[in-house]
Amino acid sequence: MSENLREQLLLLPAYFQGHLLLTLAAITMGVLISVPLGVWAEQSARVKRPLLAVVSIIQTFPSLAILALVVALLGGRIGFLPAFIALTLYSMLPIVRNTVTGLESVSTSVIEAAKGIGMSPNQILREVKLPLAMPVIVAGIRTAMVWTVGLATLSTLVGATSFGNYIFTGLQTRNLVAVTVGSLASAGLAVGLDGLVASIQWLLEKRDEATDSSRLKRIRVSIYGAIAIIVSVALYGMIPQPRADIVIAGKPFTEQYIMAGLLAEVLEEAGFSVEQRLGMGSAVVYEAIRNGTVDVYVEYTGTAWANFMNREGNPGREAIRNGVVEFLAEQNVTTVGFTGFQNRYALAMRRDRAAQLGVTSIEDLVPFADELSAGSDLEFFGRTEWLRLRDLYNMDFAEKLTFDVSLMYTAVAERQVDVISAYTTDGRVAAFDLLLLDDPRDALISYDAMFLASQNAAAQPQIMQAIDAFVESIPDAAMRQANRLVDVDGESINVAIEFLRREVAKD
Amino acid sequence: MIELKNVQKSYDGGVTLAVADTSLTIERGEFLGLIGASGCGKTTTLKMINRLVEPSSGEIRVNGHNVINQDPEQLRRNIGYVFQGIGLFPHRTVAENVSAVPRLLQWSAGDIRARCEECMEMVGLPYAEYGARSPTQLSGGQQQRIGVARALAARPEVLLMDEPFGALDPITRSELQEEFKSIQKSMDLTVVMVTHDMTEALLLADRIAVMREGVILQIGTPQELLRKPSHDYVRDIVAMPRLRAQRLEELMRDE
Repeated sequence: MSENLREQLLLLPAYFQGHLLLTLAAITMGVLISVPLGVWAEQSARVKRPLLAVVSIIQTFPSLAILALVVALLGGRIGFLPAFIALTLYSMLPIVRNTVTGLESVSTSVIEAAKGIGMSPNQILREVKLPLAMPVIVAGIRTAMVWTVGLATLSTLVGATSFGNYIFTGLQTRNLVAVTVGSLASAGLAVGLDGLVASIQWLLEKRDEATDSSRLKRIRVSIYGAIAIIVSVALYGMIPQPRADIVIAGKPFTEQYIMAGLLAEVLEEAGFSVEQRLGMGSAVVYEAIRNGTVDVYVEYTGTAWANFMNREGNPGREAIRNGVVEFLAEQNVTTVGFTGFQNRYALAMRRDRAAQLGVTSIEDLVPFADELSAGSDLEFFGRTEWLRLRDLYNMDFAEKLTFDVSLMYTAVAERQVDVISAYTTDGRVAAFDLLLLDDPRDALISYDAMFLASQNAAAQPQIMQAIDAFVESIPDAAMRQANRLVDVDGESINVAIEFLRREVAKD
Repeated sequence: MIELKNVQKSYDGGVTLAVADTSLTIERGEFLGLIGASGCGKTTTLKMINRLVEPSSGEIRVNGHNVINQDPEQLRRNIGYVFQGIGLFPHRTVAENVSAVPRLLQWSAGDIRARCEECMEMVGLPYAEYGARSPTQLSGGQQQRIGVARALAARPEVLLMDEPFGALDPITRSELQEEFKSIQKSMDLTVVMVTHDMTEALLLADRIAVMREGVILQIGTPQELLRKPSHDYVRDIVAMPRLRAQRLEELMRDE
């Protein structure tokens, strides 16, 4: 077994437990809400149409958007709760719809008979309509279950543990073993839970059978056993764990995984218990450090300047640094110090293509731009920096495509696009022999990486001292090499962390 | 005993009357046939007796008690009800279906079991053989037998029937009709049966009420209706079985 696979499998119990708890909790809540709503809707035409419309609309929202909205509505709260609420909302449509359909499909003559022999409306519902609608309702629950298991992988982005941790880390660090393990585990869990619901339905149907064969008894006992095991594994996560002293967060790209891992290692060595929340979105993690659910992470001045402060101009590197530190202090976020490297956007081309056009700076690119195609990550063309670049140089590309980051580098390397919005510390810039174009008009702002700490963390001198040892200690080249180890050479995050620590120790 | 006094029913706030000013008395142990074409108000009249339909005005008494003063569910548990759709509960066994009303009335388990066996025996489907089956495993005729057994399980004095044998094949139907007539006699049941089949009404009913457009045109014994029809419509509808019999006889003679 490869070292990589072994490392991934070590993570399996924690991810499995997180994913299972999240899915079961959301489905249980979904059933508790949706079945009564479905019953209500079936009885009242006035309720039915608006209700079905609302649950359908929820379903059409992109799942990431729902997660982000729930986080925002909870005042920036991250982790289990927002993921649980979003997944519960998502599970509602199939359950509500099947409950309504199932109840409506009960034969009218059976209902007339029930009424005619003197059953109350309540008895008709409980003893006739619900049992007869049960197969359709359960089919809805099973659909919701399979969806929820799949969607739960996204909850990684709001800081809840799930198989998504495998998938997002794996995608960003080009670790296909992790992606595969995460996908298979998620699929396996979906199949398993679907079987569990089917078994519960079977049990309910056989409940009244008086003549109990020994085989039936054995099957029944084993189903009860399976349910008990699954529920207890899920509930194990509910036992309040002593909260880690420090919560370290990171965004979903290689450099962040490395820096978060480095911080975790260092703080553990300093005697703290540490929890890592990786792969979170920028806005989410920023909210989290303000409200103290995250203690330490690495942020970039440019992100804070453009996204948190909503500034548009480029007053220069020093001014941005000072402005950001001051702003963050007002938000109760302490800037422990700068890392020493900067990971900003830069336009990049294949060296041979640049030579062919005679281009070394963005200025040189202007005459050709309207014939070139450009690729970016998911956000660059939506950022104010791009708008400023376009206006300052008065140019635009013939074609603008957006990619997942690793595909963006592949696209330029394989000549599918001419120019990309590269990251200056990305290991793939060197690996693919890309030329970073100069920016004489300073359109692109600086992105100095800095260690941020929550109020709580900033009040503990030992934490500050441990991080302090790394302030201004990592030059661009060292970070680029660390990223390259993971992204290009296929090494694990740990190898990159060890490399950085050796580099820092040299000085 | 069932009494209807000036009962009216309108489904559209009085613009048209589904049942117009109807008065009717059905004696204890009497079998009344309510006959008429589709939409004549016969089913509405029947359903007002157990309050599946509420009358717009007038008064209905069952065994001397005004139905409007009774809890509708309690009322229905004490009145048997059989209809063409049968409506056996497909998720329950045959025995559970037959026991449904005694269970609603919270009889003891022993009483329920004993009465269930008795009723199933009465309709010719012994408990031992059929009790544990699902209704879906029974033929149409067997299902309606169970429908009758369910309606009689709580020993009602009054039984309401809405075209109970309408969906059955002719042989099964006439078998069931005969058996039911003897059950009715032996239990001294008061029965109101809605039908559009005059032959069925003539064979089973003690008295027949002919309805048209919400009004009872004539009510009387089969002999009275045959001899002294008060109305052309009554004469035509009562004559129907005899005309058919004559037509059949002619066909036989031609051969």
